[in-house]
Amino acid sequence: MNIIISNANNQPIYEQIYVQIKTLIVSEKLKEGELLPSIRNLAKDLRISVITTKRAYDELEKDGYIYSVAGKGSYVAEKNTEIIREANLKEIEEHLRAICQLAAGCNLDTNDIIEMVKVISEEE
Amino acid sequence: MNAIEVNGLRKIYPDFTLDNISFTLPAGTIMGLVGENGAGKSTTIKLIMDAIQPDSGFVSVFGKSNQTKEFTQMKQDIGVVLDEAYFPEVLSARDLNKVMQVTYSRWDQAVYKGYIQRFHLPEEKQIKDYSRGMKMKLAIAAALSHHPKLLILDEATSGLDPMVRDEILDVFNDFTRDETHSILLSSHIISDLEKICDYITFLHKGKLVLSEEKDVLLDSYTIVKLPYDEIQNLPEDAVVRRKKTGYGYDALILKDRVNGAFTQERITLEDIILFLAKEDA
Repeated sequence: MNIIISNANNQPIYEQIYVQIKTLIVSEKLKEGELLPSIRNLAKDLRISVITTKRAYDELEKDGYIYSVAGKGSYVAEKNTEIIREANLKEIEEHLRAICQLAAGCNLDTNDIIEMVKVISEEE
Repeated sequence: MNAIEVNGLRKIYPDFTLDNISFTLPAGTIMGLVGENGAGKSTTIKLIMDAIQPDSGFVSVFGKSNQTKEFTQMKQDIGVVLDEAYFPEVLSARDLNKVMQVTYSRWDQAVYKGYIQRFHLPEEKQIKDYSRGMKMKLAIAAALSHHPKLLILDEATSGLDPMVRDEILDVFNDFTRDETHSILLSSHIISDLEKICDYITFLHKGKLVLSEEKDVLLDSYTIVKLPYDEIQNLPEDAVVRRKKTGYGYDALILKDRVNGAFTQERITLEDIILFLAKEDA
């Protein structure tokens, strides 16, 4: 399992862990029912804070990606396509919000943005 | 369960007062005690170990006051390393093994020998012929070899070269893989503390400046550099400290009080501590 914590990244460390484990789960590199490394061992292996690692696991659990069994550890939860879709929609919304803010800063209106989106989709 | 709770500690000396110090070290975590020389780090550690008496306040270790009789017994669970090596200089590492067997009921020869090998310490050589780094590694080996649950280290990495320091930090990191193990370590090498600590407690001139999760600190603060005439563009409640340089201002600011319009510099724990220790200029 690959997790890269970058200090050059402005994202808080717990978010980096959250996003990377989530990506591993969504892309099925971590399979349903698979045991995740313990919070403590992951923290010590990555040389990051235990509290931060716990926060990332708590968030993953809250959002339904993993579940924990007392005394045993955390496992990848059964894939809930609805939850994943919801999470992706939320992420798209966040990106769009950032785009709108940037656009307002350089006097682009909604039509300009739609135009840009069309051009980019055609390129892909 | 908390490994250490310090509440309202005060110790008055003719030329120095340690004033109203409170913090909590939860079990399973590492806390770094930072502060300039003479800030009160060693005094705090001595008060925790009941080596000196406070004028007020109290300390509990694993939930029990350090003024109770049980604390004497509890010291078996605590590994202590002070900045001066305190073993008789004529002993060798092998002799020390024998002395420790009678000192600690849970002394573990195998663990001790493991560390002696891991740290490449000569077994026969007298301690007086050890380098400073070797003495420190021996003290740490001894502190870890009676199966302690809590390690208390005062400036254990200062005066050592970066390779040895990193080796020692690895040992501390591994020690806390067990969730019942905790560490309190003081250092003025802030980069070492940034590498391994979960919590940071900052003392300055005998007073507690902050005791906080390390990652919360790193996520809360940032540095903004501005020309003289633009400093007023920063919201007043965002600026924690500012420093006038030859060409403008460096300001320590609260990240969530400013928008992305200001270029935020990458911040280290050392930046935060140095800024907070200074008055505005």
